Amino acid sequence: MINRTEAPAFRQVEHIEFIEAKPIEFSNGLKTFVVSGGEQDILKLEFIFKNVNWDYSKPLRASAVNSMLTEGTSTLTASQIANHVDYYGAFLQTENNYDFSSVIVYTLNKHLENILPVIKSIVTDSVFPEKELQIFKRNQRQKLSVMLEKNDIVGRRTFSKAIFGDTQYGHQTEAFEYDELSRESLVDYFSNSYKPANCTLLVSGKVEDDAIRLLEQFFGKDNSSEMSETKISSHFPLVTRKEIYIERPDSIQSAIRIGKACINRSHTDFAGLQVLNTVLGGYFGSRLMANIREDKGFTYGIGSALVSLEQSGYFFIASEVGTDVCQAALTEIEKEVNLLKAEKISDDELGLVRNFMLGSLLGSLENAFSHADKFKNIYFYGLDYGYYDRYIQTIKTITPEKLMELANEYLNFDEFVKVIVGKN
Amino acid sequence: MVKFNRFTLANGLRVLVHEDKTTPMAVVNILYDVGARDEDPEQTGFAHLFEHLMFGGSINIPSYDEPLQRVGGENNAFTSNDITNYYVTLPAVNLETAFWLESDRMLNLAFSEKSLEVQRNVVVEEFKQRYLNQPYGDVWLKLRPLAYKKHSYRWATIGKEISHIENAKIEDVKAFFKKHYNPQNAIMVVGGDVNTEEVKTLAEKWFGGIPAGEKYQRDLLKEDRQTEPRYETIKAKVPIDDLYIAFHVPARIDQGHYECDLISDILSRGNSSRLHTSLVKEQKIFSEVHAYQTGSLDEGLFIVEGKPLSGIDIHDAEKAVWNELEKLKNELVPEDELTKVKNKMESTMVFSEMNLLDKAMNLAYFELLGNADGYNHETAKYLKVDATAIQDRAKQVFSKENSSTLYYLAEND
Repeated sequence: MINRTEAPAFRQVEHIEFIEAKPIEFSNGLKTFVVSGGEQDILKLEFIFKNVNWDYSKPLRASAVNSMLTEGTSTLTASQIANHVDYYGAFLQTENNYDFSSVIVYTLNKHLENILPVIKSIVTDSVFPEKELQIFKRNQRQKLSVMLEKNDIVGRRTFSKAIFGDTQYGHQTEAFEYDELSRESLVDYFSNSYKPANCTLLVSGKVEDDAIRLLEQFFGKDNSSEMSETKISSHFPLVTRKEIYIERPDSIQSAIRIGKACINRSHTDFAGLQVLNTVLGGYFGSRLMANIREDKGFTYGIGSALVSLEQSGYFFIASEVGTDVCQAALTEIEKEVNLLKAEKISDDELGLVRNFMLGSLLGSLENAFSHADKFKNIYFYGLDYGYYDRYIQTIKTITPEKLMELANEYLNFDEFVKVIVGKN
Repeated sequence: MVKFNRFTLANGLRVLVHEDKTTPMAVVNILYDVGARDEDPEQTGFAHLFEHLMFGGSINIPSYDEPLQRVGGENNAFTSNDITNYYVTLPAVNLETAFWLESDRMLNLAFSEKSLEVQRNVVVEEFKQRYLNQPYGDVWLKLRPLAYKKHSYRWATIGKEISHIENAKIEDVKAFFKKHYNPQNAIMVVGGDVNTEEVKTLAEKWFGGIPAGEKYQRDLLKEDRQTEPRYETIKAKVPIDDLYIAFHVPARIDQGHYECDLISDILSRGNSSRLHTSLVKEQKIFSEVHAYQTGSLDEGLFIVEGKPLSGIDIHDAEKAVWNELEKLKNELVPEDELTKVKNKMESTMVFSEMNLLDKAMNLAYFELLGNADGYNHETAKYLKVDATAIQDRAKQVFSKENSSTLYYLAEND
């Protein structure tokens, strides 16, 4: 008879191997990195452009330019681009966040050669046709109106605005800003930003010499003019102790978002704070989940996260809770945050969190694509792979005392911005 | 090509092993052959509520999540109208922990009143968050009973109404477990850095002693053939109108499923698709429009859904959709266009092999369909479809008599 009450023996993860990105020099200065691995004959190309010249009066330029790259070049219409990419079974995506605008291509190796001419046309020769711009504006406005019906979306926007103000991190799109977009401003932004000097090309998957040769042929030779880049350096307001309540009388749940601007990945406390965040709300067994979902049943989900941005970062706790228990949930959240400052985390709980985080890191290195993501996390913060050694070391060795110190330094509930959308 | 080995324990548990030495991780995926379609019409949402209770402690182990997280593992589960699927990923060196946890909850649950009470609340909040407190969130709660009159697909996985969840009793929970959660109704896939002999030993050790239980005999009401068009109008506080048209289509294992899949791709996959090109870009009728099918084990639904631009009458938008559907019935799809959607299917299949968990889930699902090896022959089934088959299928599916149309209107119109 087996003893089912006793857990089988287990081991902590000891060795975590990273496939390091290999740099390649092309003659035009395009920074290229290769992460090669895997059995499947597939490739992912990521052209990553830094967002430049943030201008409060033209807030949507970077994102509109990025979204509209597939809408026409001087030689190809939107429909030709789409047909060509789809015909070869490739996936073409544009992605825009606070700091970067990317063009992402997934393709089978065998079709790379057929896909590249279109990609080249897109990143070097987009023209933003007026006709397509009108469609874009109209459809985006309509999508925005649906988004603004969602309490959690409104909560997210309000929170970002409260902590980052009128900067690129705090700006929240309004419908009228689409009306103000002009073709000229898009063309202007495109010619300034989409340049080899402002681009990092990250290639992952089963990368063979042929692929590199093709990429060089298409992207490594053009020596177009230098960037006239103006660095973004925003002044972030120091906001604390702000409570914002947006009432939506028909709501049956309220969205809660609580937190503050915080350190980013380049700070030495970042890894330790991630351990602390995991304890609080970073995994299914976290204190917030255990208390507010699994004990009280107030919500379907609650969590917290520490997010790294190029020039800042933020920490937040988010949930959607029944309107009748909104106050009770807030009280419990405050209690859990304060507990981290007042009491040391037990060895038992911390041991579990260490093992969980190591297992989770190991599991996040699934394939060459995910190894490439790990590279992005360090490269754009000026860090090297030593960062991961230190991160792993921190997970394994950080003490309860140090975590309590971090809680007292970074997690003062009174300083948090608190946003509630719904009914209170 | 996803290779696997297969064996069956004496109690009927089917086990598949997919060895993948490129990863240091392992996954254990257990599919139970029970979904919302197996529920009593007066106790809907039960399969899903039950999924939550599976994490509330088993007969010998008070907490499911805690010991798993302690060995570096993660888990989750989902319930559909057809199946309930549980999965664990963990460092392969700690594989046995997953066997210990999964076998104990297949053996028996703790059935704690506290867990039932809390999870009833959690699921009620999930109901609100995903279906009631979202614009258009309740569409499927309306569309299913419009399209199905007899078959148990007429309710959504979350359930018909919140009261069904609130009224769940511990006796019901126990009976549901006895009926559906036994080795005969389960398929387990173990994948990653594992070897088959080791998995056999562990499976025998942990699952071998679980009683076979009774085999559940599924006997669902069959949907009558629809003979006339159905319409329903809803007014709600949403910013813009939304149009849904649902058609009955063949079951997942039918070759018709593959034809419908390609039709949905022709209509709406990617920016070169017909609905996007014609209705969003050229005619400027919709801000977005999609076509997809439910892909369910019994006869499913093909959905065309779109939000007309403000100022466009929803009935005009509906006509524009029908024009596109008529084209599929009246004209053969050009070879190039068919090749395009087939190429996309082919690369989608290759990309799905990048992810260990996806592979494991797919193997379990295809085993349920009849044979896990079917996963390796999916692409061939799509490639086999020709333009005539697409046209014939379109003629069968896209008729008014086979359609259920939902006008979801903005209230202040």
